[in-house]
Amino acid sequence: MVHGAEDVFCDRCGADATTGAHADCVRARALEPPRYCSRCRRRMIVQVTPGGWTARCAEHGTHASR
Amino acid sequence: MTQILDVARTQVLGRGIGFDEAQAARALGLPDAELDALLDLAHDVRLKWCGDEVEVEGIVSLKTGGCPEDCHFCSQSGLFDSPVRSAWLDVPSLVRAARETAATGATEFCIVAAVRGPDERLMQQVREGVAAIAAEVDINVACSLGMLTQAQVDELAAIGVHRYNHNLETARSYFPDVVSTHSYEERLDTCEMVRKAGMELCCGGILGMGETVAQRAEFAAQLAALAPDEVPLNFLNPRPGTPFGDQQPMSATDALRAVATFRLVMPRTILRFAGGREITLGDLAERGVRGGVNAVIVGNYLTTLGRPASEDLSMLADLKMPIKALAKDL
Ligand code: SF4
Ligand SMILES: [Zn+2]
Ligand SMILES: [Zn+2]
Repeated sequence: MVHGAEDVFCDRCGADATTGAHADCVRARALEPPRYCSRCRRRMIVQVTPGGWTARCAEHGTHASR
Repeated sequence: MTQILDVARTQVLGRGIGFDEAQAARALGLPDAELDALLDLAHDVRLKWCGDEVEVEGIVSLKTGGCPEDCHFCSQSGLFDSPVRSAWLDVPSLVRAARETAATGATEFCIVAAVRGPDERLMQQVREGVAAIAAEVDINVACSLGMLTQAQVDELAAIGVHRYNHNLETARSYFPDVVSTHSYEERLDTCEMVRKAGMELCCGGILGMGETVAQRAEFAAQLAALAPDEVPLNFLNPRPGTPFGDQQPMSATDALRAVATFRLVMPRTILRFAGGREITLGDLAERGVRGGVNAVIVGNYLTTLGRPASEDLSMLADLKMPIKALAKDL
C-alpha cells in the first residue's frame, strides 16, 4: 500500500510498491496488520490484540490501527 | 443419500449419541443440494444438547513468532521465511486486552504463546498475567502454551486457568504431512494431562490443509474420542512464506458441511468458529452459527485480523442468540 511519497515499499510483501501488482496485498491487508515498513522495508515488530495492532520499525517508529 | 440424515435425526438429535467416523464420512459426502438440510439438523442438535447460548471469546498472543516447531500452516514458526517477527506482550497490555475483550460481553480470554512448550520466562509472564487479570477483569482465563510437563499442568490449574487449548490440528493419518518436529502422541499426552488436572480441555484444529474428506471424518472421530469441552474449528488461511502458503482456502460449502458434521459427531461440545472464517465463509459464517456452531472468537486473531467484535455481536442479536454469561463457578 502506498501512503505517500516516502512510502516506497509494500507494507505486506515488502517489495517495491511503485512497481508490480499489489492488488492481492491491498485486499489481504483488510484482514492483516502491516509487516514491512513502507519507508525502509525493515520487518516490523507487530503486536496484534483483540481490538487493534501496533507495528514498530526500529528506524521509523510505531504505526497503530487507531 | 438422505438416509444418513434420518440416522442423525434418531441417533444424534433423539438420543444424543454422536456420529462415528463412517457416519461422519457419509455426512461429509452429502451433495450441495442437501447441505441446508444437514445444517438445519446440526442446528437442531446444537439447540437440543447445548441450548441457544453462544460462548464469546477473545484471544491474544503473549509471545509471537520464533517458534522452533514446523507446523506447516503457521506463520509463527521460526523455521519458515515468514514476515512475522518475534514479539512479547507486556503484562499491562495483556490486562488491557482482557479488559477490551470483557467489554464485548465475552466470557473467555485465551492467552496464547508460540512455543513448543513454556520455559520459565514464559511461565513467569503467565503467572503475573493471570494474577493481574483475575484482580482487575471479570473474565475466565484460558491458556494455549504448547506441550506441558505435569508440573506445568498442575501449576496452571492451581493459578486458576480454567481451560487449556491444545489442538490435535488434523487427523492422525495426515499429521506427519503437517508437522515433523513433534508427534500426534505428544499432543495427546498434553491433552490427557490437562483433562486429569481438572482443567477444561479445548482441542480442535484446522480444516482445509489438504486432508481428504475421509481424513476429515477421521479427525472428527479422533477429537470425539478425547471428549473435549470445546472444539475450535479453524479454516486454513494460507500464510505467506509457510509450506502451505500456496494452498487455496477451502470452499464455503465444504467448510459448512464440515461444521455441521463435527456437530453431529460431538452433539454436546462447545463448537467454536476460530480463525479463517472471514476468508473461507465471509457472510456465510452466519449460516454456520445456524448450522452447529455455538461459540465464536471475536476481534482479532494472533497474527491476523478478524472483523470487529461489534459485527459478530450484532449478528448474534439478529439471530436472537443470547451470549453466554459469566458463571464464576470454579
Ligand atoms: S507449535 Fe504452535 S506456534 Fe509453533 S509452529 Fe506449531 S502452531 Fe505455530
Ligand atoms: Zn505487496
Ligand atoms: Zn522503517
